Amino acid sequence: MTALIIPIILCLAAGVGLWKKVDIYDSLVTGAKNGMTVMARIFPALVVLLPAVYMFRASGAADALAKLFSPVFSFLGIPAETAPLVFLRPISGSGATAVAGELMDSFGADSLIGRTVSIMLGSTETTFYVIAVYFGAAGVKKARYAVPAALVADIVGFMAASLAARVFF
Amino acid sequence: MTMAWIWGALMIISTVFGVISGNAHELGTAALDGAKAAVELCIGIGGVTCLWTGVMEIFEKSGVMAKIARFLKPVISRLFPGKISDKASKAISANISANLLGLGNAATPLGIAAARELADGDTATDSLCMLVVLNTASIQLIPTTAAALRSAYDAQTPFEIIPAVWFTSILSVTAGVIAAMVFRKLWKR
Repeated sequence: MTALIIPIILCLAAGVGLWKKVDIYDSLVTGAKNGMTVMARIFPALVVLLPAVYMFRASGAADALAKLFSPVFSFLGIPAETAPLVFLRPISGSGATAVAGELMDSFGADSLIGRTVSIMLGSTETTFYVIAVYFGAAGVKKARYAVPAALVADIVGFMAASLAARVFF
Repeated sequence: MTMAWIWGALMIISTVFGVISGNAHELGTAALDGAKAAVELCIGIGGVTCLWTGVMEIFEKSGVMAKIARFLKPVISRLFPGKISDKASKAISANISANLLGLGNAATPLGIAAARELADGDTATDSLCMLVVLNTASIQLIPTTAAALRSAYDAQTPFEIIPAVWFTSILSVTAGVIAAMVFRKLWKR
């Protein structure tokens, strides 16, 4: 079923676009160019972040972190190996991409850890960045309960992702 | 500055830990491998990312984003406490709709416009907190970055995570909305 998702979306885009008389080829190229801008923005961040993340793994510190937090994580049903992603996800988008990539490299994209990590990455956001941008633009200084409420959503997201990786495959 | 501290901490912890645990000889290679992996990673995810931003551009240009926004407006207005202006609810619906399609570049300015509309002085209003929760919980129809990473690391079917991502997003956004509603009652202005 999921094998047809990509072709269906591509056909849908072509169909809807042509029906609405949109120059779909031009839109594709313009959109892809925006994608290049995004890539250009995260490339320097990844180049400096990945060495740090790889060193963290090679030193054995990543395993120690997993071991340290495994009681809390197993209580929540989250695999302890994902600890670096869980901690970095709300703070930095490129950091999360770097850590998720390293975890897929170490454990395999189709392993339980690899799948958990992909679902976590796909269903959560860079919480603190979003709060900083929106409250900054609106001139808000006192955030009240925005941070705890957003973090509740994140924790439930991490728990649900761990559950989904076990149940859906 | 946060990332500066994180990067610094990663360096110092890794080096100290590596020396203590006897893995010190691998640290230098790991740093260089990481830099090399970053280039490979960007090439690996760049193609998929650009293809999807291209496809999503078609959905935006052909009015699908606007249609989703119109569909979402009544539902979204109900989530917000009290009355919010029509301008605000339009901006919020457009913002959520852009998020759904993964149009990050379009979503942020719309969200900022909505935030300005909902703000009242320097203390966050209840509706502003709800806007932030809806945005941080991220409901995305096609998880592009995650799927691109999976394809870069040779997953059999990179997009097979979609149903699981939807399931997770719905649970997480529901939890966030409920938390915001409960905290609203507990927190004093």
